[in-house]
Amino acid sequence: MDSGIQITRNGRPAIPAAPTPFSERAGGLRALAVDTLQVNVGKLCNQACKHCHVDASPIRTEIMSAEVVDECLRVIREFSIPTLDITGGAPELNPNFRRFVTEARWFGANVIVRHNLTVMHEDGQNDLPEFFAKNEVEIVSSLPYFQQTQTDAQRGTGVFERSISALRRLNDVGYGTSGKLKLNLVYNPVGAFLPPAQSAIEADFKRELKSRYGIVFNNLYTITNMPIARYLDWLRRSGNELSYITKLVGAFNPSTLEGLMCRSMISVDWTGRLFDCDFNQMLELGPTDGTPRTIFDFDAEKLRKRMIATADHCYGCTAGAGSSCGGTVA
Amino acid sequence: MHYYNEEDLARFGEMAKYRPELFEKFLAWYTACQEEGALSKREKALIGLAVAVTVQCPYCIEAFTNSCLENGSNMDQMTEAMHLASAIRGGASLVHGIQSHNAHDKVSM
Repeated sequence: MDSGIQITRNGRPAIPAAPTPFSERAGGLRALAVDTLQVNVGKLCNQACKHCHVDASPIRTEIMSAEVVDECLRVIREFSIPTLDITGGAPELNPNFRRFVTEARWFGANVIVRHNLTVMHEDGQNDLPEFFAKNEVEIVSSLPYFQQTQTDAQRGTGVFERSISALRRLNDVGYGTSGKLKLNLVYNPVGAFLPPAQSAIEADFKRELKSRYGIVFNNLYTITNMPIARYLDWLRRSGNELSYITKLVGAFNPSTLEGLMCRSMISVDWTGRLFDCDFNQMLELGPTDGTPRTIFDFDAEKLRKRMIATADHCYGCTAGAGSSCGGTVA
Repeated sequence: MHYYNEEDLARFGEMAKYRPELFEKFLAWYTACQEEGALSKREKALIGLAVAVTVQCPYCIEAFTNSCLENGSNMDQMTEAMHLASAIRGGASLVHGIQSHNAHDKVSM
């Protein structure tokens, strides 16, 4: 029995407590727009990364149904949502995934897929690069470091090598090289520390991946590890929880508040429930002020003005230069 | 009671309890030295780690290890910096062997 997981779960997702409550530092946050519908189509994944805030793994069974996918598509069409951001788990393992992408593109949405690279090597997924290219999907892929040791330590043995071969496949179909096919990578710290300056580490990644493996990509996003779920378990087991939370609080930067992703997106879970972000989704921290609770009663006007539910984990998005699904925000 | 306690690093500011103006001057200098300048923050963090190992300060070693990681360095780079500092330290000892040679030559036929 893993005692760390018992401590964190205890029947409910654990939210870390900071010495100074986030609400005292940030005040009340209100949404500014709903430009992005971020849809988590399920927790099934071919990997089980140590820092995963979804607790995704090959044994998870939560998968979004065709009915909920249809409702997301209706919302994109009816409300002209500019961007659909599909995440998981490994979203490609949802049987409705390709239809979801194709139809959203018909409706004119930009489609981002948070693609873990290695899923391309699973049965029936080998043509993913061609599928992505045909639909002009923007790909965002985690590669925590340009060396094998760090990447495998976080994402599992052999992941680095399989990620490199997947990146080569994506380059082969034009990703990262032409204007239309965007391939963005994500750096996140392999441990209990904050990410470096995005521009500096992006230059390293570009130089090293090109010289070592001949790989090119568009942008590198740095993302701060969020102290919840599996990563919080690890922080507790490794004796780093207090120092990490203290570090996040100490690095609080008020100039990140304006650009926080929760202010311009809405997150949908596999059952269709709405949240302010994927982290709140995992913590089951729903909207608080009577705004629509599910995709079935989506109301863009109400959601655009909603109050955002915050707790002390939100320090993860406001530390230093800030953190979002698109990298730094300040 | 240990001579070195991990928690004491966070209490560094308590050095301002007496003669605070001196600590403030130190802190301003220490902070300014680590800002981006002609050298990048990453280069400065690596220099800091090398010096920390050389002066064998456990607080500085922990602080600059984290600083290196948070500036995107990896253990290969950090280890090279630490080896260089250690090699200079070793070389600084070894070059004094010439003093021994000189002393030997002075009294020898």
